[in-house]
Amino acid sequence: MTQPLLSIEGLKTHFKTDDGMIHAVDGVDLAIQRGETLGVVGESGCGKTVTAMTVMKLVAMPPGKIVAGRILWQGRDLVPLGPDEMRSIRAKEIAIIFQEPMTSLNPVYSVGEQIAEVIRLHEGLGQRAALEKTIEMLKLVHISNPERRVHDYPHQFSGGMRQRVMIAMALSCRPKLLIADEPTTALDVTIQGEILALLHELVADSGMALLMISHDLGVMARMVARLLVMYGGTVVESGPTAAVFARRAHPYTRGLYAARPRLGTPTVDGRKPRLVTIPGRVPELIDLPSGCPFADRCAWVVDACRAAPPPPVPVEPGHAARCIRLDAVEASA
Amino acid sequence: MSGSTPASPTVNATTGPAREPKPVSLGMEAWRRFRRHRLALAGAIILGLMALGVVLGPWIWPVPINEIDFTARLQGPSLSHPFGTDDLGQDLLARMIYGGRISLAVGVVAMLIAVIVGVVIGAVSGISRGSIDAALMWVADLFLSLPQLPLLLLVIYLFRDSLKKYIGAEAGIFILIVVVIGIFRWMPVARLVRAQFLSLREKEFVEAARALGASTTRQVVRHILPNALGPVIVAATIDVAAAIIFESTLSFLGLGFPPDIPSWGRLLYDAKDHLDVAMHWALFPGGAIFLTVLSITYLGDGLRDALDPRRVM
Repeated sequence: MTQPLLSIEGLKTHFKTDDGMIHAVDGVDLAIQRGETLGVVGESGCGKTVTAMTVMKLVAMPPGKIVAGRILWQGRDLVPLGPDEMRSIRAKEIAIIFQEPMTSLNPVYSVGEQIAEVIRLHEGLGQRAALEKTIEMLKLVHISNPERRVHDYPHQFSGGMRQRVMIAMALSCRPKLLIADEPTTALDVTIQGEILALLHELVADSGMALLMISHDLGVMARMVARLLVMYGGTVVESGPTAAVFARRAHPYTRGLYAARPRLGTPTVDGRKPRLVTIPGRVPELIDLPSGCPFADRCAWVVDACRAAPPPPVPVEPGHAARCIRLDAVEASA
Repeated sequence: MSGSTPASPTVNATTGPAREPKPVSLGMEAWRRFRRHRLALAGAIILGLMALGVVLGPWIWPVPINEIDFTARLQGPSLSHPFGTDDLGQDLLARMIYGGRISLAVGVVAMLIAVIVGVVIGAVSGISRGSIDAALMWVADLFLSLPQLPLLLLVIYLFRDSLKKYIGAEAGIFILIVVVIGIFRWMPVARLVRAQFLSLREKEFVEAARALGASTTRQVVRHILPNALGPVIVAATIDVAAAIIFESTLSFLGLGFPPDIPSWGRLLYDAKDHLDVAMHWALFPGGAIFLTVLSITYLGDGLRDALDPRRVM
């Protein structure tokens, strides 16, 4: 395989608080090839967002700290880079879009000024050229009448349109990797569909790689070719999206899959059945159990699970899960 | 958060499909809201007229301020002296016009000093947190706890003569008073700006700017500061009023401008010995200070409403 675009090796990001160290990201490995789409899924607090923010080095330090690991961007380690060097990578090489389109735009500038600012900053274009490029970008994200809308202010845009503007801004410097951190969580379902379709189209057309973060399995199935399942700051299962959904090798993936809401669930006695949940709760990231982080909530747990963190066990080529009881889990299905 | 303002009524609600809605800038929105505030509008007009009056006054009423005429001492308002005369027979209207220039200039310049110092200290403090923040806020608290009037008197007493000698009486005292007032008024602005920075620096759009490669200076100047300016502008108008009052206090105590340079406060001070025979002498400068400060306060009120983007009127 050629050198991956981004490869993260044994990354640990911890936060120092009065109650102790929070192990938000505790040993994550991942790799993205050029033009690949990769999803990271997991429940709230499993370290998805912190992983993405660490790659961009946007984690506040202190209290945050990269304790161990390397972030290799085209072979170059980003961990020791200073703020000036990181600035030249942000937007130009790696761009990120956030969850909250409503508040991610500065209310005192027109959207055009904000997109043009990024273009001027990184591409060194003049006022006029930047404006033309801005209109072009707005066209790209399907904002109608961009020549006029470019002078409008964020409060004149709806949530979906603001997210389109954020996408236009992120793509304006043609980054090689786009990190989308739950880009549709704050939007309603129909707009969510439109934004996902737009992202899909843009990724396919530009050949840029996509790192998509979400807790929505449906979104993942539609958007990404490869999927990582995160739990307790580590990757518990990784593989091609279809294979992960088909096999659900790790007990946590099973729980997550069973807990997804579905349309058209049959009613029992005229009432809808309760949503399936995973028993227990997310472990406190302050004192993680020494063994498998999922041990306390797992139906297949044995003593060996608590003894040491489980290594990745191959399920099939390119698909692995950190579980020592894969056979038992599979047999019970 | 202002970003989540309900859609502006002028743009989205009222326009039919046939009419092209014009893009509305924040400045235009603010002006639209400001116009609705009648008292503020009245205040702005009165202030505008006063500023125009003191600037153009000497051409309209070309009477020297120091023409002594003992035959016309302490006269009430008349056609030849619309505001009357003082104990030396000097024309009060001319002295009011001249004094207005000084009083208004003191107000504006002292405000500028207070606001610039306050914004810089508040911004540095709010963005850097940690020990720099603590030290700067400690200095602000220190200044707030100083007894202002005795200290002012001391500073002016110490520096007045040397400044007079080097820069001249008028400019020297002007600079002294303005700097002294500015130095005692920056703390509220600094605290205001720091508080704004503490909340704005965590906003998503600042984080987005950081993610798009903006340096700290750029984040502060382009993204945080413009969003923090609304309350600062309001505080600034109130500072103008406070500085005018402060100057008249100083002049009234005899520590401001000398008698040959009449400010409104100085005119009041000179009038105090003749209140029983020449009330008009005190009434006109007193009324002018009152009207100016009141107008500025209403103007600040209107600006606060206009610049608060959460208010949709």
